[in-house]
Amino acid sequence: MKKIYLDYVATNPLHPEVLDAMLPYFNELYGNPLSIYEPGMKARTALEQARESTASLINAKSKEIIFTASGAEANNFALKGIAYANQSKGKHLIVSKIEHHSILNTARFLEKQGFAVTYLPADKNGTVNPSDVEKAVTKETILISVIHASPEIGTIESIAEIGAIAKQKGIIIHTDAVASVGNIPVDVNSLNVDLLSFAAHQFYGPKGAAALYVREGTRIVPLIYGGIQEGGRRAGTENVPAIVGMGKAAELAKRDLQKRIDHVKALRDKLIENTSRIDKILLTGHPQLRLPGHASFVVEYIEGEAMLLLLAAKGIYCASGSACSSKALKASPVLLSIGVPSHVAQGSVVFTLGQETTEEDIQYFNETFPQIISRLRQISPYAKGWEGTEDSTCTAKK
Amino acid sequence: MYSEKVMDHFTNPRNVGEMPDADGIGTEGNPVCGDVMKIYIKVKDDKITDAKFQTFGCGAAIAVSSMVTEMAKGMTLEEALQITKQSLANALDGLPPQKMHCSNLGADALHKAIEDYRTKQGK
Repeated sequence: MKKIYLDYVATNPLHPEVLDAMLPYFNELYGNPLSIYEPGMKARTALEQARESTASLINAKSKEIIFTASGAEANNFALKGIAYANQSKGKHLIVSKIEHHSILNTARFLEKQGFAVTYLPADKNGTVNPSDVEKAVTKETILISVIHASPEIGTIESIAEIGAIAKQKGIIIHTDAVASVGNIPVDVNSLNVDLLSFAAHQFYGPKGAAALYVREGTRIVPLIYGGIQEGGRRAGTENVPAIVGMGKAAELAKRDLQKRIDHVKALRDKLIENTSRIDKILLTGHPQLRLPGHASFVVEYIEGEAMLLLLAAKGIYCASGSACSSKALKASPVLLSIGVPSHVAQGSVVFTLGQETTEEDIQYFNETFPQIISRLRQISPYAKGWEGTEDSTCTAKK
Repeated sequence: MYSEKVMDHFTNPRNVGEMPDADGIGTEGNPVCGDVMKIYIKVKDDKITDAKFQTFGCGAAIAVSSMVTEMAKGMTLEEALQITKQSLANALDGLPPQKMHCSNLGADALHKAIEDYRTKQGK
């Protein structure tokens, strides 16, 4: 059976050149970068080269890159590190409602620690209005954090504008760019940001390597205390093979970015065009300002996990934001916050394309997906429309 | 995550569809929560002679609906009322803990259909 991976937003396969670059650092070049003899120095050199390539991908300086173990760690670090470093100036943070859990749950944690957080809404396309950010600023505001691009709905936010507002008001700004770096051009200077999170496995690098960009001169409190690694800002022996992999992946992403964008965008547009012809299906997120390989929908009258499983049975792997497909059994807060009714949000399905996706894959998908939808609609009691469900709320205990 | 039996009943569900001349109909669940089951039964001499379902929901919800209608067919109403979420889940070789509520819905929808039949008979 065909295997068609359309869940690149979950993770990417490793680029073969990245694997080759990493391999020696698992065995022959095993030194600790802190050691002063030769194996240590070799590891140190590799680490610093990786830092340079990683920085270059986002137009940053090497010393502005702090390696972390995940995008979630970088997001936790940004929020907690800035909040604690600046709490004498004020205790107010601004984030959007469509942030990743690693931002939202950290913001909730900080609320319990005595910080106040404003959660900004997004419009029906998932766009956060920069003027809403401006209006939310108070004398107490010390940090603004808005996602660069949403992994769930693909929308790309106006970070440059939000960044300009932050700059003018003298407030530190962070963006979670995990879904965007390596997939669209990202430049920390044109985005006007002070901090930015990104992860290697979103651009054909390994899992376990990510980074937080911290603009020179920005004070941040560490998340992990210990030795002097990462300039004392993130202790712990460095994951050298993974970081070397991130550096290589960054180098390739920078070199091939436009080619990669053109490849996924052409195929993605075909997928959207074809899928949009199906009755009662809606593209979620912004129709134009979205990640180039990203297509997300809500399909009415059926449920996402059922779609996902039937697609998987046909060899197509994708994601859903429905309640039943999440371990927490809650429909995607992002979909609900952009005004998708909760019964419709159950029909969420997300397809993300990558460099291995082919024309034939999309053709096969375009033939298969409508069959799966009609099969599930034949089973559904709502095949003829929603009846009396619009105003109810879920009170069931699961 | 699912047993082979769940996958079998999900990918090849038995007894799908509306039953226009049903003797009893039971609906349980809420689309806002992600699952709704509608069960139709045909009854003769206190025995369920046929059962059908329509379900909006995940793989487990569809498999449970298929299984509960299969189990109910041929049972007396009293026997069918003994079907529990546990016996349904057992018949499917188990369900993941977070999907046990689907099993609950299936048993409840069937019991409601029986109740509906009895109410109609009482008239």
